[in-house]
Amino acid sequence: MSDAGPLLQVRDLTAAFGRAGAAAPVVKGISFDVAPGEAVGFVGESGCGKSVTARAILRLAPEGASVTLGGRVAYRGRDLLQLPAREMEQVRGRRIAMVFQDPMASLNPVMTVGQQIDDMLRHHQNLSRRAARRRTVDLLGLVGIRDPASRADDYPHQFSGGMRQRVMIAMAVSCEPDLLIADEPTTALDVTVQAQILRLLLRLRHELGMALMLITHDFGVIAGMVEQVFVMHRGEIVERGAVDAIFRDPQHPYTRALLAAIPRIETARRSS
Amino acid sequence: MIEEPLLSVRDLRVTFPPRRGRPAVRAVEGVSFDLRRGETLGLVGESGSGKTTTGRAVLQLQRPSAGSVRLLGRELTDMASGDLRAMRRHMQFVLQNPYTSLHPRMTVGQILSEPLAVHRAVPPNRRAERVAELLSLVHLDPKVVDRYPHEFSGGQRQRIVIARALAVNPDLVVCDEPVSALDVRTQAQIVQLLSELQDKLGLSYLFIAHDLAIVRSLAHRLAVMFGGRIVELGDADRIYETPVHPYTQSLLDAVPIPDPALQRARLARVAPEPHIPRHEADLSPCCFGEDHRATGRPRWHEVGPGHHVSCHFWPTAQAGADGANAGQG
Repeated sequence: MSDAGPLLQVRDLTAAFGRAGAAAPVVKGISFDVAPGEAVGFVGESGCGKSVTARAILRLAPEGASVTLGGRVAYRGRDLLQLPAREMEQVRGRRIAMVFQDPMASLNPVMTVGQQIDDMLRHHQNLSRRAARRRTVDLLGLVGIRDPASRADDYPHQFSGGMRQRVMIAMAVSCEPDLLIADEPTTALDVTVQAQILRLLLRLRHELGMALMLITHDFGVIAGMVEQVFVMHRGEIVERGAVDAIFRDPQHPYTRALLAAIPRIETARRSS
Repeated sequence: MIEEPLLSVRDLRVTFPPRRGRPAVRAVEGVSFDLRRGETLGLVGESGSGKTTTGRAVLQLQRPSAGSVRLLGRELTDMASGDLRAMRRHMQFVLQNPYTSLHPRMTVGQILSEPLAVHRAVPPNRRAERVAELLSLVHLDPKVVDRYPHEFSGGQRQRIVIARALAVNPDLVVCDEPVSALDVRTQAQIVQLLSELQDKLGLSYLFIAHDLAIVRSLAHRLAVMFGGRIVELGDADRIYETPVHPYTQSLLDAVPIPDPALQRARLARVAPEPHIPRHEADLSPCCFGEDHRATGRPRWHEVGPGHHVSCHFWPTAQAGADGANAGQG
C-alpha cells in the first residue's frame, strides 16, 4: 500500500449561491477522498450540486453566479480554499484541470486552436514559441486528432463537436495534471462520439497516471469508467461505494429510483 | 384487405439551397416509410443524419424538394396553404425543449385554448371543460390553468406541451427528442405517459431521437438514418437484436450500458467503429451481390420479414469483412 495519502481530501464542503448570510445552500457539507490515480464518479440529477462541487474544488463559480464556499478541500495536504489567489493559479490547470460539457464556450472563436494551446503552454510552462508549438502538435496527436500539425492552424468552428472536446482534453492534460475533472464531457455528443471520448479519457488516465473525477447524470457513462461512485441528491452524498456494488446492490432509495428509471437497450416496450 | 397506413412517405427529399458560397446541402435524400395507426416508428441517427429535417418535412414545416407525404390518404406536398392549415389538426408535434416551446406570458389555460380556437375544435362555451380534460389526460391538476410556464418543472412543462398537441385530437404526433432535455426519472415518466396516451387514444408517433435506449422502450418499428437516407428499417425488436447494417451495429455498440462489467468490456474492445464512408462509390455488385445498374432495382434489400437494409454506406472491404477494419482509429 502507498502511504502517500489521498490526493484530494474534501471535508464538510459547503457551497451556497449569493453572499454569506443570505445564501441558498446547494452543497451541504460533503466529504470524500480521491486517491492518486483513482477514478471517481459523481452521479445525480440536475440541481443536485454535483457540478457546483466539481467547480468548488477549483474555486470556480458557475457562470454569472457568486458562490460562498466553506469546509476544506485539501490537495496534497494543502487547503485550496485558503490558498492565496496567486498560488491557486498554479494549481488550476496545472495540477488539477477541468473539461466541461460545452467545448465551444471554452474556446476562443477568433484564435486558432494551436494558438490557444501554445498560449496556455507558454503561460504555465515558460516554453519558447517553437517548443510550445511542438508540444501542441504532440498533444493534438495524443488525443487522436489526425494530421495534428495542420489541424493546429484551424479555428474552433472548423472542428466537429467531438473533435472540439478532444481539443479541450488536450488543453486540460497539457501540464500532465494529477487530477482531471470532467463535468458531463460527453452529454452534448452523439453516441458513437461519446464512446470515443470515453475511450480517450480511459487511455489518457492510464498513460498519464492521473486521477479522474467524472461528473454525469448518466449511470451508463459512469459504469465502465470509475472505481468509486458518489450519488448526490439535494446537495448531499446519499450513497457512496465501489461501482460494482452500487449497481448490483444499491442501498439508498434514491439510488434505486435512479437506477430503475434508466431505459435499457435490452428491454423492449412492454405493451402489445 | 390491408389497412391503408395513416402516414405514407415516399422518396422524400429536402435540399437546402447554396448559401454564402457554400454548396447546397442535401439533408434528406429519398426517404420512404409507412406509419400505421396506433404505431410508433422510432427514427434514430446522429446529428446531421437528417432525422429532424425528415420530421419537419412530414409536417410540411419544411417544404420538401421532392417526394410524397400522404396523411389519411391525402397528399400534403402540393396542398394549398388553407387546406394544409385544416390538415394540421391531424398532425401535431412535441419538440425537445419545454423551456422555449411555451409562451412565457400565457397561462396554461390560454396555451391550451389557443389550438381549440384556431381549429374551432370545440365551441367557445366548452373550451374550459376541454382544457380541464386535457390537463387530467396528462396527469396535471386542472386547477393549474391560471399558472404560467415558469411555475412548472421541466417534466410538467413537457406535459403541458403534450396536452397542447393533443388538444385538437390529432392522429399523428411527431415527437422530436421529446425527453432529451429531462432528467432520467422525468424521462421515464414522460415515456410512460406517451405510451399510455397511445393506448388510450390510438395515436401514431413518429419518434425522433438519438438515444437508442429511450426509443427501444417506445418503438414498434425502427428506421435508422445516416447521411440523409434510411439505412435500415423494420421491426424494432428484430433490429435491436440482429442489426444488419454496419452503421446500425456501430450505433448499438456505442450505447453505454448501466452494468460496470459489460460497459468496461465494451470500452476495452480494441476494434473501433467501422469507417462508414459518407459518399459511397457506386460499386457493382453491391455488398449483397446485386448489380443495381443491371437490375435497375433500388439499393434496398429485404433481409427478413419486413426488415429492410440499404446497401448504401457500407464499409468498403466487404469481401474479407472480418477484421478488415481493425486497427487504430
